[in-house]
Amino acid sequence: MPKTATKKSKSAKKAKPDVVNKHTGGSWAYSEEVRSHFFAPRNLLWENPKEAIYDAEGVVGSPSCGDVMRVWLNIDPKRDTITDFKWRTFGCASAIAATSMLSLMVTEKGGMKIDKALKITPQDIIARLHGLPDRKIHCSVLGDKALRAALNHWFKKTSQLSRVLVEGEKVIDPNTKVTEADIEEAVLEGATTLEAVQKRTKVGIGYPECIPAVEELIRFYKEKYFGPDAK
Amino acid sequence: MPKRQAYFDNASTTPLDGRVLKAMMPYLKGDYGNPSNLYETGRCARKAIVHASEQVAKALHCRPDEFIFTGSATEADNLALAGAARANKDRGNRIIVSAIEHKGILAVCEALKKEGFEFIQVPVGKNGMIDLDILKKELNDKTIMVSVTMADSETGTLQPIKEIAETIKDFRAKANGAEKGRAENRNADLPYFHTDASQAAAYADIDIEKLGVDMMTLSAHKLRGPKGIGGLFVRRGVKLNPIIYGGGQQGRLRSGTENVPAIVGFGLAVELNEKHKKTGSAKVKKLRDYLENGIFKSIDKVVLNGHPNKRLPNFLNISILDIEGESLLLELDEHGIMINTGSACNSESLEPSYVLTALGNPYEFVHGSIRFTLGAETTMADVNHALKYLPKIVERLRSISPLDLSANQKKAMSNPRAFVGNQTPHFLRKKKAKTN
Repeated sequence: MPKTATKKSKSAKKAKPDVVNKHTGGSWAYSEEVRSHFFAPRNLLWENPKEAIYDAEGVVGSPSCGDVMRVWLNIDPKRDTITDFKWRTFGCASAIAATSMLSLMVTEKGGMKIDKALKITPQDIIARLHGLPDRKIHCSVLGDKALRAALNHWFKKTSQLSRVLVEGEKVIDPNTKVTEADIEEAVLEGATTLEAVQKRTKVGIGYPECIPAVEELIRFYKEKYFGPDAK
Repeated sequence: MPKRQAYFDNASTTPLDGRVLKAMMPYLKGDYGNPSNLYETGRCARKAIVHASEQVAKALHCRPDEFIFTGSATEADNLALAGAARANKDRGNRIIVSAIEHKGILAVCEALKKEGFEFIQVPVGKNGMIDLDILKKELNDKTIMVSVTMADSETGTLQPIKEIAETIKDFRAKANGAEKGRAENRNADLPYFHTDASQAAAYADIDIEKLGVDMMTLSAHKLRGPKGIGGLFVRRGVKLNPIIYGGGQQGRLRSGTENVPAIVGFGLAVELNEKHKKTGSAKVKKLRDYLENGIFKSIDKVVLNGHPNKRLPNFLNISILDIEGESLLLELDEHGIMINTGSACNSESLEPSYVLTALGNPYEFVHGSIRFTLGAETTMADVNHALKYLPKIVERLRSISPLDLSANQKKAMSNPRAFVGNQTPHFLRKKKAKTN
């Protein structure tokens, strides 16, 4: 972590919360780091590039969900390293800040190895942002997916087909056709127990054999998004 | 130097009127008596409540004992719906409400469903107005309750309460009364008609005789009164069960020691509001129209939500395309401009505003919706402050956003499969599950 960033956040630790929720009166308490990346985004592309001046490109999200992220990468094939990461985002403050932080993480210190970049999780980004309110984590998960989409584009373009990643469409429960991705989304929406996930997805209700696998997935995604200490 | 502030969220709550605060003070400090007691401080508190009831009754054109004070407008909504449903369950089980009701109505209806009541939602048109024909068709001899908000809290669109009341009266006369034998006449006073006027009361007519409603919800803090106090007008003869049981205060309909200072504040706030309603409406409408024109002139791709004319004079709800409401809210807040948004990111449930989606707006539009609600203390300087910063902020956020939507788009245009894990978003899936 660069020294300056640490210093800045320490001095601003006790800053007053930005927004107070109208229903609960609770504060959202965005960290100073989130504010900084929201108001002064790093590596932002102000306009869509006209020509293919970037080596790879990826898009995730949908306007109807309230989040869309486009990223452009430059890659040094010799070092297998990302040298440039540019982006544009439609979304709330935490989505914008999360993409900005991801771009910084990938490009600082002369760029990041592709293999290392593929391992970045939302939790890593959130840690660098000094945390996000629990219910805003949902908004921050697109960054690493956009990065992976762009890297997939790069792998296909350079015929490294063995490195192409397939996101999990694996069916867990053949009766209800619930997939791994369904479980992932249920956890993101705050269903972190088997009961809560079943309430949303009906997974395993006619097929109890899959329940251990479901519990395993819930644990996995809970840790991935909310950290190992999540309740 | 303190930051300049411009408050445009009067639909959330309004600042307390200084005169109201002054009237409340004695009951917070010296005259602390419990109105149920006969000795002097008790009598003094009782007198204050009677006076407040009279102030409200005068504004509503009802009798003072027809108004029940509650802890909030939500409680009043709950009392109206659950109270009437439970008291009349031997005469029917159908409850009809509009799709754009406040959660205080919708949530209690969901709960009543579990008690065996049938819960029907009547859709609204693109302009936010309820579909009267569908409402008419939904009425049957099992219907005990119809509830339609006077103006919803997102677009401020005014519903045709008088026409709905007429429709219901006709239905009562034809279906439940005259054409049937006397023995069948026991439903002649059903369905009851309730309206939630919490949002509308500050500017719209709340004369219950003219409106023809049986029950009406009011909220004090939406018309410069204190928070923590609301109330329900209940026409004489309406059968209602309490939802709170206890010492039997307020005609057994709402037990619990009356919140004397808040009731005093409520009474005066309603009285003052009636006095200034006409001039206040004209003033706020002028400012609202100026703001609206200014925004439409300086920003392209803006869509008005709700009815263009038939809406409260202090409401302006727009969708600014290609950007997201929460980020807009935060940036406006940096300049002291306080607004609200229907974006999913601003809600506990992470779902975009159900009111704006009920109007037939695509989700893309709802995420970029912002609501300005002006009030008695809004000035031209506030409006100019907003008009100075909003275009700049929109320009910046648009330059971050990769989207370029069309303002004429009517249907959802996005591919939901592009979401997390290539799935249909959760709020769309829930909707699908409901319709199936």
